[in-house]
Amino acid sequence: MAVIVHEDFQFIVQGITGREALNFTRECLQYGSKIIGGVTPGKGGREVYGVPVYDTVREITDKERVDGTIITVPLAFAPDAAYEAIDAGIKEIIIITEGIPRKDASAIVEYADLHGARLIGPNCLGIIVPDVCRFGSLGGPAVDCRKAFKPGVVGVMSRSGGMTTEICNALTLSGLGVSTAISIGGDPVIGSTYADLIPLFEADEDTKAVVVYSEPGGTAEAELARWTKENDSRLPIVAFVAGRFMDEMPGMSFGHAGTVVNKKVDSPADKMRRMREAGISVAEEIGDIPGLVRERIGN
Amino acid sequence: MRFYEFEAKQLLAKSRIPLVQSEVANTAEEAEKIASTIGGPVILKAQAIAPGLAAASTREVSDPGAAKAAATELLGIDDGGRKPRGILVEARPTGEAVYSLSFTYDGTAKRPVVAAANMAGKIDDLADEHPDRIVRRHFSALFPFSDYIAKELAKSLSLGGNDLKRMTRIVSGLARLFLKYDLADLDITSIVKLGDGNFVVLDVEADLEIEARHRQRPMLDELGFSKDDLRQVREPTEFELEGARIDAEDPRGIISPIAEFDGNIGLVIGAGGGSLTLTDAVRKHGGRPANYAAIGGNPSVDKARRLTKLVLTKPGVDKIAVMSNVVSNTRADLVARGVIKGITELGFEPADKILIFRVPGAWEADAAKILEKYGVEYCDRTVSISEAARRAVEKVG
Repeated sequence: MAVIVHEDFQFIVQGITGREALNFTRECLQYGSKIIGGVTPGKGGREVYGVPVYDTVREITDKERVDGTIITVPLAFAPDAAYEAIDAGIKEIIIITEGIPRKDASAIVEYADLHGARLIGPNCLGIIVPDVCRFGSLGGPAVDCRKAFKPGVVGVMSRSGGMTTEICNALTLSGLGVSTAISIGGDPVIGSTYADLIPLFEADEDTKAVVVYSEPGGTAEAELARWTKENDSRLPIVAFVAGRFMDEMPGMSFGHAGTVVNKKVDSPADKMRRMREAGISVAEEIGDIPGLVRERIGN
Repeated sequence: MRFYEFEAKQLLAKSRIPLVQSEVANTAEEAEKIASTIGGPVILKAQAIAPGLAAASTREVSDPGAAKAAATELLGIDDGGRKPRGILVEARPTGEAVYSLSFTYDGTAKRPVVAAANMAGKIDDLADEHPDRIVRRHFSALFPFSDYIAKELAKSLSLGGNDLKRMTRIVSGLARLFLKYDLADLDITSIVKLGDGNFVVLDVEADLEIEARHRQRPMLDELGFSKDDLRQVREPTEFELEGARIDAEDPRGIISPIAEFDGNIGLVIGAGGGSLTLTDAVRKHGGRPANYAAIGGNPSVDKARRLTKLVLTKPGVDKIAVMSNVVSNTRADLVARGVIKGITELGFEPADKILIFRVPGAWEADAAKILEKYGVEYCDRTVSISEAARRAVEKVG
């Protein structure tokens, strides 16, 4: 079992000839992922590491099953690429592209909802099920990726791509390992929040606990706290909230676009309080996470 | 990016939202003149960006003479190192009913949302004490705004007759403006119903989505909003400006945001989330960061070199900590080369200046080799972020 992806999961890459896309396409292939095509308008007919490149998504979906797509096109083309994928019937969509205004992100999510598609991101690195499938650019070169992500019992959701790898590395070193890790994106409006995704971990028999990495800004942590209170979940949750120093610097923004604090619920202090009240363990330091997970799962 | 209120009101005026009579004064004399033209009690609002100035930046006065005195005082307030951008002098009508509106994005529903209350104030502040007086409606960023959504909101505020129609027009106009101009937040903290039955908007706060500043350039130009004005809560320091220049001059990778703090530990850190975590970790172990930085996206050797020199030459900084989360895209060896180069160019020994080097991940073996040559210990992924921060703080003493 795994969350969202599986052993036979096959996907495409929109914007496959871009610099970043070339890198992660190679890395995913080396990791064993099934990339069955790429799309770059005007470059149809070429190949990227043996993967055929097309001008349109439909050229691929017309002849093969496409489970997912990774969108990493320049900012101005990202909504169009998402609509193209959704209209072609693709159901799992990852947007890596950074800097998409929230109005556009909101429109994409609504379109995806209307068509039964799921969006992860924007401004994320995607999903990995260690040794099964890497759907995105988490972990870098396959050799480094294998060091940081070993199969195990902990599900991870993170608003930071880099910290997804950091936390999974800590879980791997501790021997707990990772069931599925999802970099959900650092923007104020993202397709799938912690609360949207946690039922998938709940249903995944490999997952014994969930770790979430969070940052200042937004309501996702309050929403997760509410979900936890309202649902009798079998899963213990351990959370880490970064950027506490920002509580002393009102109005300043650091890091991801979603980290602007202008509402009460946005502050790290408020997030930690709400999550603790809901029974979520809040780690003081990244290094404390594996110990807290062990305590909660009685291992 | 925060608009000054007078700018926000220009946007509202373009959309024919009924506004209270107001004008910007740049001197105390102008404020007096505007106040006497308006007649009666006026409010003076110093145009400022920094948070926490709400009380300090406004004065209500009853006559033009008092307006002049108040304006003199308001023009002197400190807006995070800036002078106020003039003073908005406005009529202060009272009425039989007061309302407030708030437009924002709901990250849970992932849709834009409008909230309304039958009292004045910022809805976010009212929500705790008066949840029963607030009504909400989501709308779409995909489809055009339809007036009935505003009508339903007005209805749920218990408005009827002309009040319902007038409020519907205002809410629809604001919703369309909110979408058209890529606003992230729009708070109308007070709308008054006048004696003649008309509604008029008194107080406005508006924020532009920072990621939309390029495509909203025509609107920003029209408002006279300069290209390099990012409306930070305080004026950027020379250190921060130089950091931004280094970042802008080389498109390979990023090192920002860069911020100046008053501590003594120079931080050459990354990436987005890693820098937030590392800054917290340094402080937790009793350290005082001299700055913030966020290296990511695989920066060039030169960018890492220039960042290192910038941080190491900051007054009060003697040593730097080079740390990041486990990197995937950024190459640890390029960061190592840049840092070493920066230090040696300043005439120092890397081993004397680097408190810790903890950048595990892509190309880590190469990074370790480079550092070994200069007698600098390389911390691999088995040294946690917290442990790295602890060691750095301990070494700086």
